[in-house]
Amino acid sequence: MEFIQSIDWLQLLRCFIIGGVICIIGQILLDKTKLTPARILVIFVTTGAILGGLGIYQYLIDFAGAGATVPLTGFGANLAKGAIESVKEIGLLGAFIGGVKASSGGIAAAIFFGYIASLIAKPKIKKQ
Amino acid sequence: MEQINTQKQYDKLVKEKSPNSPILKDCFNAFWVGGLICTIGQIILDFCLFNGMEQSLASTVVSISLIAISAFLTSINVFNRIGKFAGAGSLVPITGFANSIVSPAIEYKSEGYVMGVGGKMFTVAGPVLVFGISTSIIVGIIASIF
Amino acid sequence: MQKIGKQTICFDNPPSILEAASIVGPKEADGPMASYFDKCLEDEFWGEKSWEKAESKIIKETVNLVVSKSNLSTNDIDYVFAGDLLNQCISSDFGLRDSNIPYFGVFGACSTFTESMCLGSVFVEANAAKNVICATSSHFCSAEKQFRFPLELGTQRPPTAQWTVTGSGAVILSSKGNGPYITNITPGKIVDMGIKDANNMGAAMAPAALDTLITHFQDTGRKPSYYDAIITGDLGHVGKEILSEMAQSKGYNINSNYNDCGVLMFDKEKQDTHAGGSGCACIATVFSGYFFKQLKDKKIKRILLIATGALMNSTSMQQGESIPGIAHAVSIEM
Repeated sequence: MEFIQSIDWLQLLRCFIIGGVICIIGQILLDKTKLTPARILVIFVTTGAILGGLGIYQYLIDFAGAGATVPLTGFGANLAKGAIESVKEIGLLGAFIGGVKASSGGIAAAIFFGYIASLIAKPKIKKQ
Repeated sequence: MEQINTQKQYDKLVKEKSPNSPILKDCFNAFWVGGLICTIGQIILDFCLFNGMEQSLASTVVSISLIAISAFLTSINVFNRIGKFAGAGSLVPITGFANSIVSPAIEYKSEGYVMGVGGKMFTVAGPVLVFGISTSIIVGIIASIF
Repeated sequence: MQKIGKQTICFDNPPSILEAASIVGPKEADGPMASYFDKCLEDEFWGEKSWEKAESKIIKETVNLVVSKSNLSTNDIDYVFAGDLLNQCISSDFGLRDSNIPYFGVFGACSTFTESMCLGSVFVEANAAKNVICATSSHFCSAEKQFRFPLELGTQRPPTAQWTVTGSGAVILSSKGNGPYITNITPGKIVDMGIKDANNMGAAMAPAALDTLITHFQDTGRKPSYYDAIITGDLGHVGKEILSEMAQSKGYNINSNYNDCGVLMFDKEKQDTHAGGSGCACIATVFSGYFFKQLKDKKIKRILLIATGALMNSTSMQQGESIPGIAHAVSIEM
């Protein structure tokens, strides 16, 4: 109950709108260009890493929270942010350690759940 | 009607005859589904922070939770229906990344666990890691110079 | 048998199509052609462990079915010409490995059905065989897996994308029989108009169909009105429109008697198949199920069957190659 009272509804709205708008950009790329989903994901993660490296993406995260971190651009920004922070701590070697370290949870989880899913699930046809 | 002799003329005819994607409808669906996924992430984030979790740890919890949900929906054959409806709305959030790892894992199970599941798991998501990680390393190297 | 014109072969003792059989998957069984097929499957696996094994079983059972329907035994079959879409034609290879019939693996992408009929009819006409089987298969799931994405990936299909038909069709060509007869064949050239969009196969293949169609008319001196039906394999809604418009611009009006098996196979609105059906099995099942019976019942007398194929694979697509098309025409008369 206390948690529900603490929710910042305006923050949620900003998150919804920014997250949605980032997805619209992806949808326009899907419909208007002949890019495959894999290429679109690559464009998003790379753009995110560059914007994150330039420090621009942080403004979006401050404004929209999960609306900016959940899309794949946020994944890219997180990689870049981790690399930069690690460089500040331990120097050049940090460039190779920090990025993956910062996103290790997500990557490991995706691999693990993928493996588990392959154990239990059977391929099925799309109904449509 | 004009004769079609060159590839350029043919390309024009093909464009004329090929229906376009319903972009407004697609964008609207992508917007609200993508926004909703992010909002679910925000609620998980707020909940973790509310319980005194540190910011970066809370972000990781958000990623893992959404990935778990996406993996579950993929394995019960629901995610592809959401994806068909929402397009980029479910592709661009981290759920799409998870789906792109889980779906080949299920599909290539018939080729065995090592080269099928293990080998094909990154057919779609591999490039994301290659370009994402490489870019972050370049960013890190540049940062170490300045 | 003699060659007439540029690339048409005219038969002196036209081989007869003795019998035809078709098996389709559940989605095809929901479509408008459902009642014509010999057997409709309830699920895409058909009790097998993989899509590929299921497809092999489908072509195997279709070949068995056409033999039993014809009252022949497999010993009476001299050769089988078969093909499919999977790498190295594994569906046909594995499906027919226990059949004990001399086997030619044929690849012409989705044009394989009429390609097999061309080859088979020449064998029969030349007295090299008394009875031959021509069969093809395709499977939506195995084709998606090989050419596109895993089925569980949440992607949208563009409106020009086509739906690979799950199923198999087979015919027996014979030196004896009461028709319908294959009177002449026009094997096609490879035609490439530079289309690179793998989600618009109809557009990639339509120029090849046009080339074969016009060459057939020029070689035989026939007009479009000679045929009760001109049927292409899997151009779908987009390719069909392109073909009829381009044929008209070249002076051949086919609007009244032309249709496409990809268009006939599914209900576009209800089944959400976008631009229509495709795959080796598309024309094979629609011909074996529907048009063969129409010919037998003399509801139509002359049909020009043109199967169309897109000669590409995922490597050529990734290397940025365009999609060459091919089309082979078979003229069948009762």
